[in-house]
Amino acid sequence: MPDPILKLTQLDAHYGDFQALYSLDMTLSEGDVIAVIGSNGAGKSTLMRSISGLMSNASDQVIYRGAPIGGMRADEVAALGIALVPEGRQLFPSLSVEENLLIGRRLQRAGPWDLRKVFDLFPVLEERRAYPSTALSGGQQQMVAIGRALMSNPDLILFDEISLGLAPVIIKSIYEALPDIVGEGMSAVIVEQDINKALSVASRVYCLMEGRVTLESDTETVSRNAISAAYFGIE
Amino acid sequence: MDWVNTIVQGTLLGGLYALFAAGLSLIFGVMRLVNIAHGDFIVLAAYLGLTVVMSTGIHPLLALILVAPTMAAIGYVLQRGILNKTLGDDILPPLLVTFGLSVILQNLFLEGYSADPQKMDAGVLETASVGVAGLSLGVLPLLTFAIAVAVIAGLQYMFFRTSLGRAFRAVSDNQEIAQLMGLNKRHIFGLAMALALAVTAVAGILLGIRTSFDPTAGGARLIYGFEAVIIGGLGNLWGTLAGGVILGVAQTVGAKIDPGWQLLSGHIAFLVVLAIRPQGLFPRVSG
Amino acid sequence: MRQYGVSRSSSAAKVAAVLGAVILIVLIAAPWWAGRADMRLMGELFLYLALASLWNLMAGYAGLVSVGQQAYVGFGGYILFALTIFGELPPIVAIAGAGVLGALISIPVATLIFRLRGAYFAIGTWVIAEVFRLTFAQVSSLGGGSGSSLPVGIVRSLASSRSGRESLAYWMALGAVVVVIASVYLFLRSRRGLALTAIRDNELAAGSLGIDIWRIKFVVYVVTAALTSMIGALIFLQKLRISPEAAFSVNDWTAFVIFIVVIGGIGTLEGPIIGTLIFFALRETLADLGTVYLMVLGAVAIVVMLKAPNGVWGYIAARYNVQLFPLGYRVTTEVPQKD
Repeated sequence: MPDPILKLTQLDAHYGDFQALYSLDMTLSEGDVIAVIGSNGAGKSTLMRSISGLMSNASDQVIYRGAPIGGMRADEVAALGIALVPEGRQLFPSLSVEENLLIGRRLQRAGPWDLRKVFDLFPVLEERRAYPSTALSGGQQQMVAIGRALMSNPDLILFDEISLGLAPVIIKSIYEALPDIVGEGMSAVIVEQDINKALSVASRVYCLMEGRVTLESDTETVSRNAISAAYFGIE
Repeated sequence: MDWVNTIVQGTLLGGLYALFAAGLSLIFGVMRLVNIAHGDFIVLAAYLGLTVVMSTGIHPLLALILVAPTMAAIGYVLQRGILNKTLGDDILPPLLVTFGLSVILQNLFLEGYSADPQKMDAGVLETASVGVAGLSLGVLPLLTFAIAVAVIAGLQYMFFRTSLGRAFRAVSDNQEIAQLMGLNKRHIFGLAMALALAVTAVAGILLGIRTSFDPTAGGARLIYGFEAVIIGGLGNLWGTLAGGVILGVAQTVGAKIDPGWQLLSGHIAFLVVLAIRPQGLFPRVSG
Repeated sequence: MRQYGVSRSSSAAKVAAVLGAVILIVLIAAPWWAGRADMRLMGELFLYLALASLWNLMAGYAGLVSVGQQAYVGFGGYILFALTIFGELPPIVAIAGAGVLGALISIPVATLIFRLRGAYFAIGTWVIAEVFRLTFAQVSSLGGGSGSSLPVGIVRSLASSRSGRESLAYWMALGAVVVVIASVYLFLRSRRGLALTAIRDNELAAGSLGIDIWRIKFVVYVVTAALTSMIGALIFLQKLRISPEAAFSVNDWTAFVIFIVVIGGIGTLEGPIIGTLIFFALRETLADLGTVYLMVLGAVAIVVMLKAPNGVWGYIAARYNVQLFPLGYRVTTEVPQKD
């Protein structure tokens, strides 16, 4: 069994005096997709921030390809091949759609993703390439955010609540594109409030509550009841 | 005709003020930092130019070849060594640290060169003039204005058409997300300051050729640059050029009425714009 | 069972208050125990402390960082000269007049520069100071660009003997700094002061609580301008000579003041006191070095801002949890006596 691409060991995270994550353990195998679900405040975004380097943790609590990266800065982590599609899209308002995508290419990592491939995946972006990114609808902005992350040709891509604030039909189309996105051996962690969508694309699921893992299972065999119990903390 | 000449002189003077302002505007745009020592850096470039000219005898404009990279290097080191640590939500640290820098620089000049006013000799360039439409225009002011336009055009091109400019805009928009894209913001800020000080070097050399300068000349230059930015509107380099021109014209017109009124007229023009159109004449609101 | 109470004071504050009263009495008696040079030095120290406390109120509490307070120092000085020479008012009245006029002129000034924010506001205050300087340099009846001296008659009207004048100057300086610090302290203890402290700590939150931020900042700016003008009048009453360069000097009235507050501890009442003492100690020992002294000052300010942004007093207060001017609220616990 090959080493996991990402391994979280007893991960703690603090905001000042407030502790957001408690001794989290998580494993992701290469090429796998895992879902992380939980209610608001469960610690999902903190988890994303910790992995991507926006937040500093103890070095050996986040292991990527066998190397400890917990204390690294976000730009260093990005150079290693981890990309984050941040919560709320967070496009650069001063940049056009195309420029937002080009920023992602700065890292110059080798791989299949380039402007052409992103436009093939999301044709509407090609029509709007010169528009300021803020002029797009929520769903289109989400496409830009995903495309921007893909442009760096990551090996591990993190999706933080991509369905938030989007109409159901848009969410559907984005999730339909997900296999194309996460094909070809890319690993992914999907943080979602929409449990069904998350389970539909992932092979394993973790449920968080108040900074702790309350459920870990593969998506085929997990039961609705187990999820509800873990999500809401009902005994 | 006299008045036309005055206005034209003021316009050309505005080019110099726009150069003072360009560096200030760039830094504020990229990292929201206002460098109180900015004027003193202009004067630093003038003193560096003087040093080069005095030791090598080359023409002041050629001295730029040495001074500009030196200033850029100083800017990068200064940003990464000290100024990056002051960035954040609080306005006090960068303000007070750059204020301290200003005091240090001014006293360094005093130590190195005494309080006597200095000036660089550009030879024929200073007195040559060309006849344009019946007016006699100095070559140096014309050249200064042309350089100002070129510098601003160059900065605009860099900002909107190059990868570095994209990086500047991205980091200015959202530092965190820019980091996620692999941009090392400390390095980017360092580059921005290096570029700003290189532009400032140009301003300083041209200043040192045009008028005499002394250790305390920095304060006034900062103020003129600042006024040009505010009159023109934040976030718009061409607006800064316009602001510089308006300031220059206000000063020359005021001087024509009464020589003692030159500087005051400039300040009054600034205050008038502040009173009736505080966002400036051509503001571009950035995110 | 513990009982909890809320008090404003602490034992440290009470001790400090007693000590302060003692020191004040000693200082008042200075003309009888101090030499002429020492009295001049102390007088200068008091006036700098007053300026520093006022700058601290604006910058450390109201968030208005000004690098242009020299505008009011010079304004006060020139108004003193104008009122005593042309208005033939007694100097004491002229000082009060300087305060009133300083307040009046600060109103249109504030209306203009409050349109600027943050560091741009700071440079705006500098522009205003320059405008003041250039304007007064145009007034030939007050000496124009080279300045003028205070007529002997006005100086003599203060007191008949030189030692009388020196004692009076000293007491006025002492009185000024006591008034300034007392006013700032009482203001900060009041409801408006509480609002100001809230603004200092978190402007956004304070605004959402309904505190009218700009009105309070406006009031602080005007009051500071008035008091700074009065201090300026006092300063130039003692210097006996005024010129645009001296009156509106950035170095003398802004750079040094800022260094005092930054090194002492911004945003606290105790800070400027410590800062002024340190500044004068440095000056007395290093001033011979001239430019090097100023460079050292600048470097110290930079280092303090980067490493200990709350200054010397901020470090002490945080380390030992002490506050000499009772401004905060403390929770006290008492364990009731067992019978």
